[in-house]
Amino acid sequence: MIYELEFERPITDLRNKIKELKAISKDADVDLTAEIETLEKRLEKLEVDIYNHLKPWDRVQIARHPARPTTLDYIPLLFNDFIEFHGDRYYGDDEAIVSGIAEFNGLAVTVIGHQRGKDTKENIRRNFGMPHPEGYRKALRLMKQAEKFNRPIICFIDTKGAFPGKAAEERGQSEAIAKNLFEMAGLKVPVISIVIGEGGSGGALALGVGDRIFMLENSTYSVISPEGAAALLWKDASQAKRAAETMKITAPDLNRLGVIDEIIPEVRGGAHRDSNLQAEAIKEILKRSFNELLPLNSDDLINQRYMKFKKIGEYEFAKQQPEGEPKEVEQHS
Amino acid sequence: MLKELFAKSKKKYATVPLDREKQDVPEGIMTKCTGCKKIMYTKELVKNKKVCLHCGYHHPMSSHERIEFLFDAGTFNEFDKEMISVNPLDFPDYLEKLEKDRKKAKINEAVVTGVGSINGYQVSTAIMDSNFRMGSMGSVVGEKITRAIERAGELKIPFIIFTASGGARMQEGVLSLMQMAKTSAALKIFSNEGGLIISMMTHPTTGGVSASFASLGDINLAEPGALIGFAGRRIIEQTIREELPEDFQTAEFLLKHGQLDAVVKRTEMKETLTTILKIHAPGGEWL
Repeated sequence: MIYELEFERPITDLRNKIKELKAISKDADVDLTAEIETLEKRLEKLEVDIYNHLKPWDRVQIARHPARPTTLDYIPLLFNDFIEFHGDRYYGDDEAIVSGIAEFNGLAVTVIGHQRGKDTKENIRRNFGMPHPEGYRKALRLMKQAEKFNRPIICFIDTKGAFPGKAAEERGQSEAIAKNLFEMAGLKVPVISIVIGEGGSGGALALGVGDRIFMLENSTYSVISPEGAAALLWKDASQAKRAAETMKITAPDLNRLGVIDEIIPEVRGGAHRDSNLQAEAIKEILKRSFNELLPLNSDDLINQRYMKFKKIGEYEFAKQQPEGEPKEVEQHS
Repeated sequence: MLKELFAKSKKKYATVPLDREKQDVPEGIMTKCTGCKKIMYTKELVKNKKVCLHCGYHHPMSSHERIEFLFDAGTFNEFDKEMISVNPLDFPDYLEKLEKDRKKAKINEAVVTGVGSINGYQVSTAIMDSNFRMGSMGSVVGEKITRAIERAGELKIPFIIFTASGGARMQEGVLSLMQMAKTSAALKIFSNEGGLIISMMTHPTTGGVSASFASLGDINLAEPGALIGFAGRRIIEQTIREELPEDFQTAEFLLKHGQLDAVVKRTEMKETLTTILKIHAPGGEWL
């Protein structure tokens, strides 16, 4: 049984009512076919109304849905012969990130993704999908290995953020993330990053410096969680719903801001309702991206990747200068 | 006259709450050290590069103060000075806050970039300023730093970044986050060309700035006592429910844990940077 989200309650209620009527018409000797039909039509309309007009906070709820497919759910649906490789070779193996090699559509690839748990036990093992530095260093090790063997890299982003802990700081959480951004920018093989759930801050970006960045329709990608933003802005974490709107964190928002390449449409109601179908949509976009990226040589790849990030951001030039500096700006832009 | 001021402030000193003490020192003439609470002549403090004469506490320094003490007189050329932020998310009150800080800090954004010479060695530099929006990084900060890195590559000179930032700028949301990738990518390209990158972390260097260019120097240095870290102390304490050591996330803590090449006193900074630049420039060749 799929756990229902708050905004879905009208749908659930109506669905239950239809079920009841069906049961009655079966047991008792009354014909309710017409009523059931009317209600089913209304249900269809209600679903369209609700799912086609999701508010940012609704999407946050879907992105965090306990049953939402994770990296390890997608791997068998997208790849053959996946073998997981462990460890950063310096400190340990961080299970908040999974990584390995596999075959995709006849192509050898490296797959890396954040891994959260679906229940408490698994979440403790996976540290709720919040990596320590060794997780990022394992990811980087696998990326460099992929580069050596000329394998494209696919990254799945699904984390609330890098883990905020004492040990993480001691072992250089900042350096680990920064190094990934730096090295990913120079990888000689195609990199495709897909946000499949929550994309939380630097901890998400550390798998996100790709030639293509996609987001599942109901995933989020942000500089800070809605709760964190609310606490900072209004000193009140319960204003998260409002922050989710203000911070512009949904896939359509990021598409408008020019940060991502494309939105991958989701199964109605969210990826958790049919992960097989969802994987098909991801597969299609991966195939298309590889067709575009594989012909490029490494210099072009690196250059285009840099230009892609270089153009992100909005700014302007003040009309007049405070202290009459020579106009040297334009020639350096 | 001076005596009077001194006496007055001294009298008040004993009666006001701690956090207000600083305000009782006549501004301009005397300064009370944030570290040891001793009062000293502002002039002498500034002459000592705002490092306390008694306890060595490094007081915050504006970008222009840093330029003045570090770069050879008349050599610093500022770039992109008039680049200013817009409000891409239509964030409430953002433009007003920017305007207020432009007036207060007398700079257009939280970083000043340019080319200048340190004891004759020309470098491209970016100097962050915590007086403007806590030195936070939005689109303008990211773009200016990226251009400064590219400029270093074009001119084949080293790049030195002085960080002072609370992290990514919330009001520009994910665009701020992406500046981490943009600046890091620019550094990678510059690095591949053989460019020298020096990061000098000053108080504070946290969040997205710490997790991008600040940590990407060939040489990572920091000022004494500077707060440097990824996650905020309060968030860590709430997450792991344990109290953190007092020196947690200080420059000295990072040095102990192998995250820094050295902690450099501000009074010795120009000399240290000169030595590093000299060693990286055999026979006057750059890069």
